[in-house]
Amino acid sequence: MGSYLVRRLAYSVFVIWGAVTIVFVVVRLIPGDPAQLMVGAEGTKADVEALRHRFGLDQPLAVQYVRYLGQAAHLDFGDSLRLEVPAAQAVSQRVPVTALLAATAMGLGIAVSMPLGIFAALHKQSVLDRAVSVISLLGQSVPNFWLGIMFILIFARELRWFPSAGTGGVDHLVLPAATLALLLVGVLTRLVRSGLLDVLDEEYVRSAYAKGLTLRRVINRHALPNMLIPVITVVGLQLGSLLAGAVIVETVFGWAGVGRLLVDAISNRDYPIVQVAILFITTGFILVNLLVDLSYAYIDPRIRYR
Amino acid sequence: MTTNFSRAPATRPPEAQARETVSQAASRLRQRRRAWRLAAWAVPIALFVAVAVVGPILVPYDPVTVRLGDRLRPPGAVLTSGTRAWLGTDQVGKDLLAQVLQGARISLLVGVATVLTAGCIGLAVGIPAGYFGGTLDGFLMRIADLQLAFPSLLLAILIAAVLGRSVTNVIITLSVTRWVTFARVVRATTLATREREFVMAARASGASTNRIMGRHIVPLTVTPLVVVATVELGLVILAEASLSFLGLGTPPDHPSWGLVIANGRDYLSTAWWISTIPGIALSLVILAVGLFGDQLSDFLNPRTVSN
Repeated sequence: MGSYLVRRLAYSVFVIWGAVTIVFVVVRLIPGDPAQLMVGAEGTKADVEALRHRFGLDQPLAVQYVRYLGQAAHLDFGDSLRLEVPAAQAVSQRVPVTALLAATAMGLGIAVSMPLGIFAALHKQSVLDRAVSVISLLGQSVPNFWLGIMFILIFARELRWFPSAGTGGVDHLVLPAATLALLLVGVLTRLVRSGLLDVLDEEYVRSAYAKGLTLRRVINRHALPNMLIPVITVVGLQLGSLLAGAVIVETVFGWAGVGRLLVDAISNRDYPIVQVAILFITTGFILVNLLVDLSYAYIDPRIRYR
Repeated sequence: MTTNFSRAPATRPPEAQARETVSQAASRLRQRRRAWRLAAWAVPIALFVAVAVVGPILVPYDPVTVRLGDRLRPPGAVLTSGTRAWLGTDQVGKDLLAQVLQGARISLLVGVATVLTAGCIGLAVGIPAGYFGGTLDGFLMRIADLQLAFPSLLLAILIAAVLGRSVTNVIITLSVTRWVTFARVVRATTLATREREFVMAARASGASTNRIMGRHIVPLTVTPLVVVATVELGLVILAEASLSFLGLGTPPDHPSWGLVIANGRDYLSTAWWISTIPGIALSLVILAVGLFGDQLSDFLNPRTVSN
């Protein structure tokens, strides 16, 4: 386990380095001058030159890259052009706000899709099973930004149950979290249903029934633990789309998280913020997947890492 | 198909070739019925393509003219010009139906162009990686791994923000973010094919490496590529709409569905139809592509049909 942990950690560091490099490559190597982009059309040539010097853009690319890596290691990406605070600080202040939204959506998604999937598997081919497949299919097809707008239209404008936008208490959290959760419900319900159907055919489940256990106990103690691994893997992988979805959903609902900050920074050409926000989200995704990998051994004692 | 000959018996009894047995006839019939069912699932997609191609000709979209007298009219309203706006008008008096039809064309264009480009990149990367293996494979697949560490929409947001808004840039952005899936599938197929008898036969008869890859391996990657392309088509259309919704996709004179939905956000209380209708169109198209993709992979791999 120890050496596996070290290897897995090293791999995560490698992937984070890769993400940092991809951001560098995209921002620096694409035709067009970031300084010119940041200054915009109204900037003078002197403004552009000053900015180029300030960000070291007048240096050779290799020098820029090494400097950039050093800065990244210290989480120092320069000051935000608009907010006049270090970009890393501006973004990290928003991290808990996004984490709250993502965690609520994740919890909501799991809380809804587990019972739905179990129910559908136990009543295979029934009308309700069909209904559950339709819901999960819709969950994967309806674009989340449009769903969010429809939620605003129905639950905020018409019914006035929840506020339509802003960051605040639980009432502000309901609509964006529900919007984000639906995608997860679509994916997870299908997975839980087919996973449980596979497990229910196994002999140990039949033995459990044969020795007189109740359905509830068979499901909870024998079937569910054996199908958790794929579910957890997919939950971890879905976190990527959840975080990317958060960027969009935060924009729809004016939720003041990292995603909203990112989209605002893009329209303001605030490149330090853009870089940090993208790196923070990606790093969060990588770390969660690391945790998911490590949790396998805990959940399934058959898995032992060498 | 050339793939069958390794599995076929070397010599078949002559009567089996001459007459069809009952079970063969039944399986042929079943095969035909499955093909028809697949074709039925393709109807909604064919409808979408027809709308995207013909629609803007019947109801032309005019990006320039603004008719403030006709702004925010509900679906079915008669405009000052005497025509009827079946889906209503937007905040500057443009017909929503024309925008939805034009948006269908943009979705289709971006979807198909991206899938083709990403598919070509996938072939160009996957075939040599799978065929040669070794350092080249390791290098290319590590790049693919690194890219997968990024949530793909996030990478698209970054690239699109740097490139700026245009239809071409959206296609470039989405191709760059989606080639990995294609490359992985092509590589896996190439790996499986590399040691097959007909490839060895080609090698033994002195075919060049390029010829083996081009003539013997590429054709076998087509089937898995088509399945992936179908799934990806839905994802790409969704990603294009998301980018356009964020103002990073198509420019304002190209009314992509995502852009129209974003436009309608400020008029939710007075004109619900601007955001609602393009979203319904978008959801239906993604649903149709998704359902067809499921049917297609079931059709091509009948043994893996799950519960």
